[in-house]
Amino acid sequence: MVKKIRSFFKGTYLGLMLIFLYAPIAVLMIFSFNETKTMGRWSSFSLKWYEALLSDSQMMSALSVTLTVAVISAVVATIIGTMAAIGMHSMRKRTRNLIDGVAQLPMVNPDLVTGISFMMLFALLGISDGYVRLLIAHITFNIPYVITSVMPKLRQSSNMLYEAAMDLGCSPWKALMKVVIPDIMPGIVSGFLLAFTLSLDDFVVSWFAGNGVDNLSMYIYGMARRGINPKINALSTIMFVAVITLLLIINIKSIREERMQSIQNKKTAQKRLAK
Amino acid sequence: MKKRSTLAYPCVVWILIFILVPMFLIAYYAFTNEGSFTFENISSAVQNEIYQKVLLRSVVIAFEATVICLLLGYPIAYMLSNMKKSTASLLYVLFIVPMWMNFLLRTYAWQVILGSNGILNTIFEAIGIGAQDMLYTEGAVLLGTVYNFLPFMILPIYTVLIKLDKSHVEAARDLGANGFMTFFKVTLPLSMPGVISGITMVFIPAITTFAISRLLGGGKFMLFGELIENQFLSARDWSTGSALSFILLILVLISMAIMRHIDKDTSEDEKGGGKLW
Repeated sequence: MVKKIRSFFKGTYLGLMLIFLYAPIAVLMIFSFNETKTMGRWSSFSLKWYEALLSDSQMMSALSVTLTVAVISAVVATIIGTMAAIGMHSMRKRTRNLIDGVAQLPMVNPDLVTGISFMMLFALLGISDGYVRLLIAHITFNIPYVITSVMPKLRQSSNMLYEAAMDLGCSPWKALMKVVIPDIMPGIVSGFLLAFTLSLDDFVVSWFAGNGVDNLSMYIYGMARRGINPKINALSTIMFVAVITLLLIINIKSIREERMQSIQNKKTAQKRLAK
Repeated sequence: MKKRSTLAYPCVVWILIFILVPMFLIAYYAFTNEGSFTFENISSAVQNEIYQKVLLRSVVIAFEATVICLLLGYPIAYMLSNMKKSTASLLYVLFIVPMWMNFLLRTYAWQVILGSNGILNTIFEAIGIGAQDMLYTEGAVLLGTVYNFLPFMILPIYTVLIKLDKSHVEAARDLGANGFMTFFKVTLPLSMPGVISGITMVFIPAITTFAISRLLGGGKFMLFGELIENQFLSARDWSTGSALSFILLILVLISMAIMRHIDKDTSEDEKGGGKLW
């Protein structure tokens, strides 16, 4: 009996918390289909805000800025960061820690401080192109995340394979590309993905670094500051559905892999039993 | 072997130009006046009564948000960690998914809910309470902060709690401790590292945020982050802005040092073991 009451309370609490987290998102999504602009009352179903959103050229250019900056900055940061990690791995510990410490400053610093420091630098260097500014800023705050994902993989891999490849006549460059890089590939991939998502989501640093060129976050902020606008609701719905789909795809894939693994384990166990 | 270290040079050049120089610029503008060294920017920022008020308000709101997140988030993480693994991992994903949504959209959602013609006011009018002024209040800023950062509290605490060795809890129960005592003497101290990183993940962003206070406070309840943003983007006063950023950095460093100190204490307890019991 006590147990039942307890689990009832637990369920209620978790349920209430989930409602707290999801109700605002649900409200946004529901009212994105509302005919009128008022958010309190439902009038009738309409897709007009979606049409308005998709024909909004400012939104479309913000979207393309977000996506291209995310791809380019993640690629460049992955290349620079991976090279740095490999190079740092063969350095003395003190030099390595020094470089690592400086590179990690954007991770430790509040985004606000990183953003304004970029703003001052770009102004003094005379870099006025907003797109270039965004790219440089995003590459910079992405680099430490790539280094921290690649470093542990380098530490796990042994130097012997690299030396063996050299003994067998590989040039250092070839040995690096054929032996070291494939060995640390999982770290490189996770570093790239992390960099990509961080760049997609960034607002604060871009807000100060960008000079008239808006990414999606800046576009949303600009609209939200002017008050309620159902176009933002439509955008929220699209983005939320995109995120959920992406997470589902990743999860289903990993669940399937797990299932395959467990089936295989069962089969080998059965074989062993048969023997 | 020596040749391989040259691979790090592009990165070294990059971080010199784009990390070290900008950080130096903040220090430079904070401590100079027309080229000569001075403490005036810092001291006048510290003595400014408006800035003091904003700073105090930011620290208080960030502190309140952190405490509320901890009080709401810890039970969630604790309940999940004691569930069947399959249900727990599903629920965990549900609690974390909102983190993947752009935080400006999450903040905007509360603009829609709390607004004068918003959904809450429509409900209030329907049941006869009458419309309330909820948006553009300090409470709205606090609510928005809690809403945005709650998952960041659940995440680290849950990760520590599921790794926690359940035999400690069983041993405590076997030795006669009741559930209450077991929690406060065993589970809570052992989960301190998660609590600490949760607190840092909520408190520091909460102090520096300017978008939440702008969107939900309407500029009336300015926080420290918003103040700095104003100095750079509206007043274009780099010296005061840099001085304020410098103060913010010191504040962040102090809170991180305190957190690390507490964290060290608890991990020493763990090693000693004796104090726990």
